[in-house]
Amino acid sequence: MKRFWLWVPVSVFALLAGIFVSQLRHPSGNTIPSHWVGHPMPQFDLPAAASSRPALSFANLADGKPKLLNIFASWCIPCASEAAVLADLKKQGVEVDGIALRDTRSDLDQFLARNGNPYTHIGGDVSSSVAIALGSTGVPESYIIDGKGIVRKQYIGELSPEDVPALVAEIRAAQ
Amino acid sequence: MKRWLLLLSFVATSAFADSHMAAAPYAYTALPDAKQEAAARDLMTEIRCVVCQGQSIIDSNADLAADMRSMIRTRIQKGEQPAAIRTWLIERYGMWVSYDPPLSATTAPLWLLPLLLLGIGGWLMAGRLKWRRS
Amino acid sequence: MIAEAGLAALWLAAALAVLQFVLAFFGLVEGGAPELTRAVRPVAVVQAVLVALALALLILCFLNSDMSVKLVYTDSHSAKPFIYKFAGTWGNHEGSMLLWVAILGVAGAAVALFERSLDHATHIATLGAQAVISFGFYAFLLFSSNPFARLDPAPPEGQGLNPLLQDPGLAFHPPTLYIGYVGMSVAFSFAVGALVTRKVDPAFARAMRPWVLGAWIFLTLGITAGSYWAYYVLGWGGWWFWDPVENASLMPWLAATALLHSVTVLATRDGLRAWTVMLAVVAFSMSMVGTFLVRSGILTSVHAFAVDPQRGNFILALLVIYIGGALALFAVRVGSVREGARFDAVSREGALVLNNLLLSTILGIVLIGTLYPLIVEAVTGEKLSVGPPFFNATAGPLALLLVVVMAAGPVMRWRRENGLAVLRRLAVPIAIGVVALVAVLVAAPGLHPLPLLGLVLAIGVGAASLAPLWGRNLRRTPLFTYGMVLAHLGCAVSLAGMACDSAFLKETLVAAKIGETEHVGPFAVKFEGIDPIAGPNWTALEATMTATRLGWSGDPLILSPQARMYSAPATETSQSAIATLWDGHLYLVLGKQQDDGRWQLRMWWKPFVTLIWAGGAMIAMGGALALLGRTWRSLIMARRKDAGA
Repeated sequence: MKRFWLWVPVSVFALLAGIFVSQLRHPSGNTIPSHWVGHPMPQFDLPAAASSRPALSFANLADGKPKLLNIFASWCIPCASEAAVLADLKKQGVEVDGIALRDTRSDLDQFLARNGNPYTHIGGDVSSSVAIALGSTGVPESYIIDGKGIVRKQYIGELSPEDVPALVAEIRAAQ
Repeated sequence: MKRWLLLLSFVATSAFADSHMAAAPYAYTALPDAKQEAAARDLMTEIRCVVCQGQSIIDSNADLAADMRSMIRTRIQKGEQPAAIRTWLIERYGMWVSYDPPLSATTAPLWLLPLLLLGIGGWLMAGRLKWRRS
Repeated sequence: MIAEAGLAALWLAAALAVLQFVLAFFGLVEGGAPELTRAVRPVAVVQAVLVALALALLILCFLNSDMSVKLVYTDSHSAKPFIYKFAGTWGNHEGSMLLWVAILGVAGAAVALFERSLDHATHIATLGAQAVISFGFYAFLLFSSNPFARLDPAPPEGQGLNPLLQDPGLAFHPPTLYIGYVGMSVAFSFAVGALVTRKVDPAFARAMRPWVLGAWIFLTLGITAGSYWAYYVLGWGGWWFWDPVENASLMPWLAATALLHSVTVLATRDGLRAWTVMLAVVAFSMSMVGTFLVRSGILTSVHAFAVDPQRGNFILALLVIYIGGALALFAVRVGSVREGARFDAVSREGALVLNNLLLSTILGIVLIGTLYPLIVEAVTGEKLSVGPPFFNATAGPLALLLVVVMAAGPVMRWRRENGLAVLRRLAVPIAIGVVALVAVLVAAPGLHPLPLLGLVLAIGVGAASLAPLWGRNLRRTPLFTYGMVLAHLGCAVSLAGMACDSAFLKETLVAAKIGETEHVGPFAVKFEGIDPIAGPNWTALEATMTATRLGWSGDPLILSPQARMYSAPATETSQSAIATLWDGHLYLVLGKQQDDGRWQLRMWWKPFVTLIWAGGAMIAMGGALALLGRTWRSLIMARRKDAGA
């Protein structure tokens, strides 16, 4: 019986080493994906954030047509490069709505003038209320919302041109 | 990747420029009611900042943490129970966001292992001791 | 030129480590050449000199701001103050690893030069084990984390050191902590040596004890310094967060404390043999696991170095070889070590056994809590966080129980004790504790049970820790008894500080305009003004606050919290302003300015929080007295033996 206990420490260590190896091989990274995917968008009503686009509310996202919801900000550097990808998506028939996080009107107008404006609606979320309700952890993030207002997928980080075909297909499928 | 990690290793600094927006109402201000503020504080020390390297939202300078603090204080002021707010956050961010994970099949071993350790250690030790009947 | 010399010194030191092992192995093995063992000790000393030289040369590169050395470029800047150029040498992965390896070498040399009481074979086996450990870490440095790598062409200026590290704490915390971590390698090598030669006995324990004590003292100092540093630098007044890296420093300390007490049982009563050897292996294993966790990037922490998983693989390989090897050796050999005596449950040995059990359980809890998120993620893919709620709820009560055992143990007799007699001996501390309980319940009703219990126990146990001195001739009491008393008293003092801070902390979070007065605890703090101010590599806005205390007519305190902006790397930090009073800290932090012109202020009144670190210092001092006492005694005994012979 005593012999058994002597081998416990080595075995426990071997187990731990195995776990370390698996974690090193597939590092988890620091991004926290949203757990709200599959749930409906919260009931929200955000004011218009930019001078050139109307406000955004839940009704806009549950009007029967699937959309891409893009959470961005003028102070977010990768968002500037993402604007071209969003414009491309819009050209391919995807409707893009935006939530501007913690942005002032003048900053946002300047950003849109500089980088283009692919959005149909832009809501201003100054206290991250909608972002938190979606389980978002920062900007930029994009969500595929289906026609009934249900969150179907989350993309963390800026979209790149390679993502466009897959996105278009997913939007079409999320009827 | 390495540079990204290096930047992230600075507490409270985001890799982006900061927003010029004013802070949310209760991000840096305590609730007027002391009991509500204490309840809010107890909750906030156990909610993890989702953009930081291991801090609770009450200790973090990150904008998102500030917004979460404001949200929590506002909801507690309206009378919502801290446990309900915690559940609400876990529904959106997963168990990771709470430093006190709810008891479930996944977390049960965590709480049982200390008892197991004490039991096994105690039994091993008891075998080495002479117990007198006085 | 300097960097190449440093690299050459490092290579030579590594080669000597290999030589050290080879000599030890072939000297000790059956049918080998015993005369080879005579060379082992000199080789160990030369190895230490070379690796210390390598470290000195790296420091010189930093002091010269030699930007052609890659490490100096990534982690230093010529405008940094001198002390941060010096200490910044180890404010990064490669430099701190070189520090680690240098201390490992010097520890080996110390064992080679100063260890006199071990028999020759075990001594050489220990040095051989030390060489094996060194070799792996040399390889890690030379092949995976070369501190002397060059950059061509040399950039004009460095990227600078993380501003949070630009603090005197950097000069003090890592070196003391590493001496503690790496000092445990000596105990590890002793244990491996003893397992190899099968000599686990009181002589072995008496030889190992001063090394464990020495490393433990530094580990205590390092953790205390780290806690205090985080407290005043991170700006939220917390002194322990159960962060994975903090836990990585606590685990070796828990193992070392258990080892310290276990080694006494082995030395005095020839018992707990397997447990002592196990703890010696575990203590350094925890140091190595800690190094792995901090540098591999698999756990997120504010303290973590920015390294990639590739290095993690290397360290993990070292871990598997060293820890796995030592634990396997343990399993194979310990069975053949003759079992020690069985003890009476009610006796000092019994109390030490219980102490061992509790410390080991707390160690297990900290280990499980720290690794659980990794385990869950590996098994189910789900992310989860384990933090203060878990650790406080599980380790807290056990720590309180441990503190009670700490009060009773030193007044118990060896071999056999009467429980009632112990209670009688502790009657006065128990009475003091009861009085304290009543007083606290009356003066501060509504306290949470854990801090309440902590405070009452701290007072009672503090009184009890003095009990071994009562009724004794204080002039003829050995120094190490004073050491024990001071260390135990330090634990009680630290616990009192922790309990007071949890229980009586007052915080005020407010947005104030210049000229307004805000209140925190018994203080009225007036916001006098804000001024711009500049330092060597930063600019700041400094707030001037004057604080007056209710019912106190002395001069008001002047505190100056700052919001700083460093230039390289561009970072904002907040410098807290702390006023240290006899009964606590007034802690002020300046935040950002709001749109309405008001400034965010966070203010704390933390009664008796200083006791936490004062207690830590007392524990370390107690250890130093004990070490001094034992070393003095063994020197005197050796001299008497020589004189008598």
